Amino acid sequence: MPVEYTERSLLKYSQQIIELFRNPKNVGEMENPTVTAIEGDPTCGDMMQMFLKIDGDKITDAKFLSFGCAANIATGSMVTEIVKGKTIDEAEKISIKEVSNNLGGLPMLKMHCAVLAYKTLKKAIQEYRQMKAKSEVPKTPAQGQKDG
Amino acid sequence: MKVYLDNGTTTQVAKEVLDAMLPYFTEKFGHPIFVYSLGQEAADAIEKAQKIISKTVNAKPGEIIFTSGATEANDLAIRGIAYANRKSGNHIITTKIENPSVLRVCEELEKEGFKVDYLDVDPQGFVNLDQLQNSINEKTILVSVMHVNDEMGTIEPIEEIGKILREQKHKIYFHVNAAASYARVPIDVERMNINAMSISAHKIHGPKGVGALYLRGNTPIEPIAYGYISLFTLKPGTENVPAIVGFGRAAELAFDGFEKHVEHMRKLRDRLMTGIEEKIQHVVLHGPKGDKRSPANVNYSFKYVEGESVLLHLDLNGISVATGSACSTRKLEPSHVLTAIGVKPEIAHGAIRFTLSRYNIAEEMDYVLEVLPKVIENLRKISPVKPGAF
Repeated sequence: MPVEYTERSLLKYSQQIIELFRNPKNVGEMENPTVTAIEGDPTCGDMMQMFLKIDGDKITDAKFLSFGCAANIATGSMVTEIVKGKTIDEAEKISIKEVSNNLGGLPMLKMHCAVLAYKTLKKAIQEYRQMKAKSEVPKTPAQGQKDG
Repeated sequence: MKVYLDNGTTTQVAKEVLDAMLPYFTEKFGHPIFVYSLGQEAADAIEKAQKIISKTVNAKPGEIIFTSGATEANDLAIRGIAYANRKSGNHIITTKIENPSVLRVCEELEKEGFKVDYLDVDPQGFVNLDQLQNSINEKTILVSVMHVNDEMGTIEPIEEIGKILREQKHKIYFHVNAAASYARVPIDVERMNINAMSISAHKIHGPKGVGALYLRGNTPIEPIAYGYISLFTLKPGTENVPAIVGFGRAAELAFDGFEKHVEHMRKLRDRLMTGIEEKIQHVVLHGPKGDKRSPANVNYSFKYVEGESVLLHLDLNGISVATGSACSTRKLEPSHVLTAIGVKPEIAHGAIRFTLSRYNIAEEMDYVLEVLPKVIENLRKISPVKPGAF
């Protein structure tokens, strides 16, 4: 039976990824986020929660929690870093390629872990839009989240 | 501090082993097939390695056939014996927790018309002997069970299995993958009634690229690769003489003071296990405790964190370990071994395996016990999964 094989470099982490894994940015729980979203599932090996603070459609702060590998943690750091200061519309236009480039290239076999951070951001934005559509900008913290 | 605790994956070549090998690359480079002196020198060196290795498992020198490693030995034993005995039957029995070098071979044989039963194991990884008894039928030609499970260190009841097979009305060959047990747990091919057994050099401080198949005299076997096969081997191609010499020397070193080495590893193992259980909460041990566990294996899941992150943080602190996390594999599925003992995927993803060698020391265990709790604590702090979630 023919079998697939590939280059070893497809599993290699860049220096940027290792550095962000070692000292992740924006990691931790956020008090009173405007919106929070969870993607993934521990049974599949990775899960991410993202918190956004949004002021007049501008993302003023972003944080995340990760149950995942180095690619997942580094991407979480990078995505939250990129979106800070951006408007919702701008943040939505960020591509996974841009995130990957900022990380010195994601190993191809780890793309699924990286995509998770990206998907969590999209989900958070989507939820924010839904919230806004329902009741204009909410003044209270997102439901179901404990502070601190 | 550098601490290497992945000796179940591969080991450092011992200095004595390298010294023994070196002349066989340069001055003593002959091909063992010819009778001129350079050739004979190589042939003698192979014979010497056969002698040393055979003695360590109570076999005869001619019953040791060198291969490129345990993987090739497993393939040669299973396919070779299956093909050679096809007229007697087409049924093979193995277990769900074998190494892929056994499982993938069995799956290929199924495509070729063989029937394979994969035995269950209990939550500690022990093979169910009643199920083995009940699985045997008149078509059964081969049983393959690993001696020590490479992931969780369970020592399988090989002697009991050998006894069950000895009591059958017809001949059933018994293959044992001993890659994880050789030089860690005593092996006696006579007492255990083993017909074929795979071992590997690079797991006992020998070089990579060499292993051996113990094959009891008169066991029918067919080659699985073709080319010129000499009277003294079962595979084509020039023998890797320097590596074989290294394997012999590595076995000599491992079995010189075998019991002392085993006791040393067992003490380190228990020091590490006790420390982990004392210092870290929400841990799950994989495999048994005590005498039925390999003296060289420790394997715990740290709940609510992911294994690869633990592995990399330990690496940043100079500690090398292995993980059962799927994130580092082709298929992204958790370990088949942990799945077979009933470990839930979310827990299997946090499995970390520490494997010891006789060269490890107590201070290294203490260093791990200093670093590991901090790594787990920090990762739990940033995990969205909180205690009690599973």
